[in-house]
Amino acid sequence: MLGRPLPPREDVGFLRGEAKFTADHTPPGTLHMALLRSEHGHARILRIDTARAAAMPGVRAVLTGADIADKLMPLPCVWIPGGVESHFPPHPYGVPGAGFVLAQERVRFIGEAVAAVVAETPYQAHDAINEIRIDYDPLPVVVDPREALTNTAPQLHDAVPGNLNAYWTCGDKDGTDAAIAAAEVVIELDIVNQRTINNPIEPRAAVGEYDAATGDYTLHVTSQSPHNHRFLLSALVLGIPFNKLRLIATNVGGSFGSKGYLYPDMPLVLYLAKELGQPVKWVDTRSGLMRSTVQGRDHTQKVVLAGTRDGQITAVRCTSWSNIGAYPSTIGPGVATSVMGRSITGPYAIPHAFAEVHVVFTNVVPLGAQRGSGRAEANYLMERLVDRYAAQIGRDPAAIRLQNMVPREKFPYDNGLGWIYDSGDYATALRLALTHVGYDDIEEQRDEARERGRRLGVGIASYVAVCGIGPSTRMSKEGMLGGTWESANIRVHPTGEIALTIGSQSTGQSHETVFAQIAADVLQIGMDSIVVFRSDTQKAPYGQGTYGSRSFSVGGSAVHLAATRIMTKMREAAAYCFEVDESDVDYLEGVFSVPDQPEKTKTFADVAMTLWYGWSLKPGMEPMLEETVYFDPADFNYPFGSHVAVVEIDQDTGEIDVVKYVAVDDCGTVGNPLVVQGQVEGSIVHGLGQALMEAARFDADGQLLTDDLRSYAMPRATDMPFFDLDRTVTPSPHNQMGAKGSGETATVPAATAISNAICDALGVRDIPMPITPEKVWRALQERRTS
Amino acid sequence: MRTRLTVNGVPAEADVEPRVLLVDLLRDTLGLTGTKVGCDTGQCGTCVVHVNGVSAKSCAILAVQAEGTEVTTIEGINGPPGELNPLQAALHAMHGTQCGFCTPGMVLSLTELLRRTPRPTEDQIRTWLTGNLCRCTGYHSVVRAVLRVAAEADEQAGLAVPR
Repeated sequence: MLGRPLPPREDVGFLRGEAKFTADHTPPGTLHMALLRSEHGHARILRIDTARAAAMPGVRAVLTGADIADKLMPLPCVWIPGGVESHFPPHPYGVPGAGFVLAQERVRFIGEAVAAVVAETPYQAHDAINEIRIDYDPLPVVVDPREALTNTAPQLHDAVPGNLNAYWTCGDKDGTDAAIAAAEVVIELDIVNQRTINNPIEPRAAVGEYDAATGDYTLHVTSQSPHNHRFLLSALVLGIPFNKLRLIATNVGGSFGSKGYLYPDMPLVLYLAKELGQPVKWVDTRSGLMRSTVQGRDHTQKVVLAGTRDGQITAVRCTSWSNIGAYPSTIGPGVATSVMGRSITGPYAIPHAFAEVHVVFTNVVPLGAQRGSGRAEANYLMERLVDRYAAQIGRDPAAIRLQNMVPREKFPYDNGLGWIYDSGDYATALRLALTHVGYDDIEEQRDEARERGRRLGVGIASYVAVCGIGPSTRMSKEGMLGGTWESANIRVHPTGEIALTIGSQSTGQSHETVFAQIAADVLQIGMDSIVVFRSDTQKAPYGQGTYGSRSFSVGGSAVHLAATRIMTKMREAAAYCFEVDESDVDYLEGVFSVPDQPEKTKTFADVAMTLWYGWSLKPGMEPMLEETVYFDPADFNYPFGSHVAVVEIDQDTGEIDVVKYVAVDDCGTVGNPLVVQGQVEGSIVHGLGQALMEAARFDADGQLLTDDLRSYAMPRATDMPFFDLDRTVTPSPHNQMGAKGSGETATVPAATAISNAICDALGVRDIPMPITPEKVWRALQERRTS
Repeated sequence: MRTRLTVNGVPAEADVEPRVLLVDLLRDTLGLTGTKVGCDTGQCGTCVVHVNGVSAKSCAILAVQAEGTEVTTIEGINGPPGELNPLQAALHAMHGTQCGFCTPGMVLSLTELLRRTPRPTEDQIRTWLTGNLCRCTGYHSVVRAVLRVAAEADEQAGLAVPR
């Protein structure tokens, strides 16, 4: 069953529009909340007048920061830069703080929640929001991370001197500097890996309910980590017993990293539901999402590669300024450091490497993870450098890559920055991609395009991406304030049907199908008898959620282990019933039997029923069949691959066509090829968006200029051709299935491959993302005039 | 304002403020939550319904503007519980949905495409889909599904031709 391209069964509910999302949940008596957001990038709040708003029709409550100052704690931050000194806003529990639920005294970005209104209808709530009057005293604004570190910059947080959250390093600084100083060839690049907006199609939403009879709170919410959010909200924000809060994240309409965070609306709807004695619902708008939901990337970098004249890379160095916005998001500061910094050597064996990251607060929207986070930024800098290096020494960029890749006999391979690559065959994946693209006759393709008046360019990006987060002990050293294991529970009913409950949370990754495939494979039973439960903290064992491409390799391994333990017990029970040794029991496709003794046969359901009755148990054996597994992997896993983009450029208009895109990815053992294909295709298009059109633009006042889907471009169906996908399979040694991450890996090289292809087509040293037709046209004009 | 319209073949009547959007009437008043709201500005296409048989973004139409029209939502497209029509079945086979949020709007939009153009080319499909944003699939599986429906239409037409 594992490895089969089964169409996901949960898709039926999506295709019929019957699957329920958070915004579809409106319990009887629901009131509606709207949030007033700051209009200033940085300002002191002098006075808030809520009188007119409170008197508006249907309004039931108006709330400001002062009203909840002693009732709701600030949000916490739980992934900090590991192993270094760091500075955060305060939190009463002593953990790093991430800002107040509603602004107290000061606002620090446009979009920060300042006040909440609850009314009988959403329209009334929004009307009333417009009637709240706030006197602000504007303060100086800083939006650039390097400016924020200067002496004259406005100071955002009293507890954060100089706006510096942390200065984080990894690698061998002296050795790297010496190698660069002594190098035959040195390549330097200034990079702006621009901020982009995750933009799941479903905006965030939250519905809070309070049962006065039991004191139980329930939060329906768009969360990719419901169990974590339950813990953090109950213990560190609301100050209520963990037992009293239940989170339900039924179906989540995409996340790409942005729904793994705590946001002010979550505690607010719960607090207000209790205060008002009615359910309280909040649904974000697109422009609200763009001003308040975490965004991604945003590294400004100076990078250096050193090498020999004959193509051997000897060192790489990266100095980065990460703009994490006005407040640390729940896991933002961790994302900004190690996942990027430790990944800069990519798939290459490089003797000396060093990365340093300045994690900086500025007056813009908080930063978080976005599909491929950290690894995409690392890939971009390395693969841009490699192309420049090849051009500088007059070598073919593919040949330089093959020359420097970690050879397959060197695994496990220590990259010198903290990652131990588990398994791989990087050169084979690249060679396969080159074959697909017809690399040997690329010059003829170039000539043919030229005859049509178009410039053809080819761009390669090879990658390795740390995934399968992760070993909890290791993650603690990376600054994660919590475990990163995953869970599964299998309960076999007396009928032989199975309830499989997972701690992981789907945001579009087909968990109900893929996880059932794992159990069906181990237990050799039909998919139809397996139901997957998830997304409800009251039903599921504690789990960590979906991020870092971990669900299949980490959560799936928990399922695999649980099913294996079920099988072991069933075999033992069957042997006892058959009065033979366990080694004499055969099991095939749901039937236990003993060779040459046809009367000794029991189905899967027979054995399940036997254990349910418990009448004839082997001495010492417990009745029933149920196993819960908490799986903590031995190490991360490292999917890899090579992508090759071919672009054509219209010389008159600068229009860019991606005419061919080859992706060879290796994510170890594949659970469901149809699902993985979908993840790969979507991932590539996400990277294509960053390369060609996406950018969150802020003006000097901190105003987001791209705050809706008219001003912020996202890829549409006409922006790409069908891709040419292939795969190699190199199992990971760190889990029973040999699985590696696949949810975001193909994003990692995509923007880079397209950027490299455009630079190749134009014959330019560099062109910053997003590479719009206007930029291309200007580059063409410059070439003509020079 | 008293507004009367037909929704999925059933007469519907409601008192709505003049500023209420059609999508809010459908979702909040009539409880038809299959239609989603993704952007409120007519850009993303999750709220696509048919108004008099033509795709329309229901977040960009006032409920009162729909007076006297026939509106079809995803609920009106669906066959019996658990069953999929040929377009939905092709989308299922090709995994043309991941998180599922943009899907009802896509199904409505593509239903109109296939009615107008039963055998669309890849270019026609991609161009038609520019009104619908999807962040998960990268559109490929959706395009493949529509091509499959077109191929099936060809096959059925071929079978009908006497040899």
